[in-house]
Amino acid sequence: MTEPTARVDPPPGVVSAGVPVDVAAAEGMEVEARSQWSYARRRFLRHRLAMIGLVGLVIVFGAGALAPWVAPYTFDQIDLTNVLHSPTTVGHHFFGTDEIGRDYLSRVIYGIRTSEQVGLVVAVASTLFGLIMGAIAGYYRGWADNLIMRMTDLFLTIPVLVMLLVTAALLGAGNQWLITGILAAFFWTPIARIVRGVFLSLREKEYVEAAKAVGAGDLRIMFRHILPNTLGPIIVNATLTVADAIITEAFLSFLGQGIKPPTPSLGVLVAGGQQFPQDWWLTVLPGLVLVLIVVCVNFVGDGLRDALDPQQRRVRA
Amino acid sequence: MAEPILSIRDLAVEFRTEDGVVHAVDGISYDVYPGETLGIVGESGSGKSVSTLALLGLIPQPPGRIASGTAMFKGTDLLKMSKHELRTFRGDEVAMVFQDPMTSLNPVLKVGYQVAEAIKTHYPKVPDGEVKSRVVDLLRLVGVPNPDVRVNQYPHEFSGGMRQRAMIAMAIANSPSLLIADEPTTALDVTIQAQVLEVLKNVQAETHAATILITHDLGIVAELCERVIVMYGGRIVEMGDVHTIFRAPRHPYTIGLMDSLPKLTEDEEWLRPIPGSPPSLINRPSGCAFHPRCFLTQGRARCHDEVPELRKAEGTEHFAACHFSDELIGHHSKFSEAVGAAGGQGSN
Amino acid sequence: MLTYIARRILYSIPVLVASSFISFTLLTEAGDPLANLRANPRTNSPQILHHLTHVYHLDQSLPVRYWYWVQSVFTQKFGVSLLTSQPIWPDITRAMGHTLQIVLLAQLISRVLGVAVGIYSAIRQYSVFDYTFTTVSFLGYAMPTFWLALILQILFVDIYLHWHVRIFYTSGLNSGVTSSTWSLDRLQHIALPVITLTVVSFALYSRYMRATMLDVINSDYVRTARAKGLPERLVIMRHVVRNALIPIVTVSALSFGGLLAGAIVTETIFTLDGMGFYFITKLNQLDIYAVMAYLMVVAVSIVVFNLIADVLYGFLDPRVRYD
Repeated sequence: MTEPTARVDPPPGVVSAGVPVDVAAAEGMEVEARSQWSYARRRFLRHRLAMIGLVGLVIVFGAGALAPWVAPYTFDQIDLTNVLHSPTTVGHHFFGTDEIGRDYLSRVIYGIRTSEQVGLVVAVASTLFGLIMGAIAGYYRGWADNLIMRMTDLFLTIPVLVMLLVTAALLGAGNQWLITGILAAFFWTPIARIVRGVFLSLREKEYVEAAKAVGAGDLRIMFRHILPNTLGPIIVNATLTVADAIITEAFLSFLGQGIKPPTPSLGVLVAGGQQFPQDWWLTVLPGLVLVLIVVCVNFVGDGLRDALDPQQRRVRA
Repeated sequence: MAEPILSIRDLAVEFRTEDGVVHAVDGISYDVYPGETLGIVGESGSGKSVSTLALLGLIPQPPGRIASGTAMFKGTDLLKMSKHELRTFRGDEVAMVFQDPMTSLNPVLKVGYQVAEAIKTHYPKVPDGEVKSRVVDLLRLVGVPNPDVRVNQYPHEFSGGMRQRAMIAMAIANSPSLLIADEPTTALDVTIQAQVLEVLKNVQAETHAATILITHDLGIVAELCERVIVMYGGRIVEMGDVHTIFRAPRHPYTIGLMDSLPKLTEDEEWLRPIPGSPPSLINRPSGCAFHPRCFLTQGRARCHDEVPELRKAEGTEHFAACHFSDELIGHHSKFSEAVGAAGGQGSN
Repeated sequence: MLTYIARRILYSIPVLVASSFISFTLLTEAGDPLANLRANPRTNSPQILHHLTHVYHLDQSLPVRYWYWVQSVFTQKFGVSLLTSQPIWPDITRAMGHTLQIVLLAQLISRVLGVAVGIYSAIRQYSVFDYTFTTVSFLGYAMPTFWLALILQILFVDIYLHWHVRIFYTSGLNSGVTSSTWSLDRLQHIALPVITLTVVSFALYSRYMRATMLDVINSDYVRTARAKGLPERLVIMRHVVRNALIPIVTVSALSFGGLLAGAIVTETIFTLDGMGFYFITKLNQLDIYAVMAYLMVVAVSIVVFNLIADVLYGFLDPRVRYD
């Protein structure tokens, strides 16, 4: 047997014991460090439909928010000489007028404003509430979990519309903020379920144990360690809730149990137009705006979902 | 040397992605001889799985594309076959065992049904009773206990190791001439790994099928394979028979791989990983793909400028793709003694 | 399995009792059930009011009244409406029949179409078909049913006024004489409501089916099936669709529970004598016993169908086992 010859050693400067070699520098490439959020942001911005939706929403919601400056008239300016005029360029009545001569475009814009207020507030309120409830249920389990789960089950066993109608009928509808409150009270359950699910699965993970071992308190663990993992589905859900809330409010108002006139909401407007089937713009136009809002929100929601939770279809090398 | 059962020449597979074109496999050529077990070793991303998936036409063609190459199997080029023709080969003459047994079986169909499906697809005329008894025999061959009961069970009632055995049974159901096992034990516990490897050995002995065993585990290669191919960055960097390569590797990457393994019989203070990380397959380093991490290059320009060819060492069937592999002649890996002692192939 | 079913039924009883009690409380507190009668000069004589108060136990405490109501559920089939003094059950069953006809028709069409389109969209992903139907689904899903219903109504009223031909009717269940359930007249009347309900449902199902199909198509066991040499058609039918259908079927079964609630909005717009219309009308009139009857019927239906959905899921997916 020959003697083993000297092993070829790595050149000096390159230590093998775990020190990384700057391959990139060796190749002259620049490597950027990127955080998780910037990856998500990149993916989102590349999603064409989401961008279209976002632009659409900015325009529509922007118009609503800036209603006093954008609308040609106020929403209750009566002009009995100009009743039920179809859409025209005369006098800037691009959407026509209604049965007492109010400019319909303005009413629709103010309607957008009402709807967007309802939608956004419901989404934020229900998300926050659902987050807290879900976190408590998922983290502490026990009787709190049971109680909260029974509550969500209750909401599952009856069609939401039915419950809403009964509640609205009982509490006396009409006030925009009361309706917002009622809607928020019904919309928190799916979020609570999602959050609870994440908390349930993550509280057993090793890093939670590690945090506890280091002496981290419950609140810190919940906020710092587990909560960030819920943000993805929560953001998506909250976005879609905006559309859901707007549509539900429209339904309620349409059936007479939601917001009542003269406050215009898109649902109120469509309901009002029902009595004049000949004057198509009264029903079609606010409805179209509703559809537009929902489609745009759904696009944005899809884009967010792709960005925050991408499904990688990789073929393993 | 007998005629190879499979001859691949200049196979190149690429994928079109958002970030650019991924050159998963970049012009590889090798042969597989009947009855032998050939190992393909490499890191994730080396292209080892993709090359075999391409053979069977299992690469999704919109993002993927077979850019060039031929794969002659018993006289026909697999890469030029129509989908329909390829279908008759898949599962019959050429079969594949996949990596993750937990997800590779359909959860709502019985295991026996899925194994039988392999037979019935290619031999629909065989009566059901015969198929069923063949399935039970196959399960028994791969070591599934109580095969006649298990054949009617669902995958979730099987353990991970048993599922992998069922997958193997499925693959050999029609006595293929070529069996491809893609990291068959990676997803299993070490003890189960050993069992499944035993099964593969038995199966090989029984069916005399040529086997391509893809893995990143050199230990498995040492145990099961006669020849081995080492892949890196979509290319073959070393090829030859197992004993020679283990005893005297001639590519810096192979040396790095072996050096990074801890040796049980000696006291080692530090682990010696290969510095750096695997190359991006979109922006591959120019010239030799390994040179940014190579200890042999010593900054020499040739490594950066020229792609090394797979060259044969004199008088052997040992190939290496390194400009300076001659400098490694006489280099013995730390496994030399072990291989020399166990191999019985003369250790001069 | 049987013990599981028995347990579920047992659990649902307290839930039903609880929800019925809560609903009853809310409704009775909502207002005076005799308000309409009081307002009407023909019926507001003190004797009538006193008599009614006594007969309907309106002077008793809440739990007692609740108990009387529970009794009336079982002995008198939900009893009698406080306002009309008509028995409730025949009304509700009639409304149920009408609703079921419309809703089941719509669900059948939308599901069959939705599943078919979803499967094809997934197989031919990124094709013109796929993009077209994805867009259609988006729009259909985004459209509030009341708006779609109104548009259809306006459209067909327009057609009638301009061309004097009635293709589809825009209100009511029939024209004048009570027609039989499947007469042409009835079909012409329910066509628009069915279309309205189908569109949204179809959009939902096709999107959902497409998503599950795509999920399954990329899974490992489908790759195994292909590696065995199975023809693509069999891979899709036997492995992909079979697995993709499981969540769809369960969601489908779950939604059946809510069907009986009726399409409140659609029935209102098209003035159809169904469960939804019944509910809204009675709610606005605060006809308590009638509303309670409606709520109970719906709740039971949901509980039953939730159970059916769960059992079905156990049949379809062998990984799920109930003890």
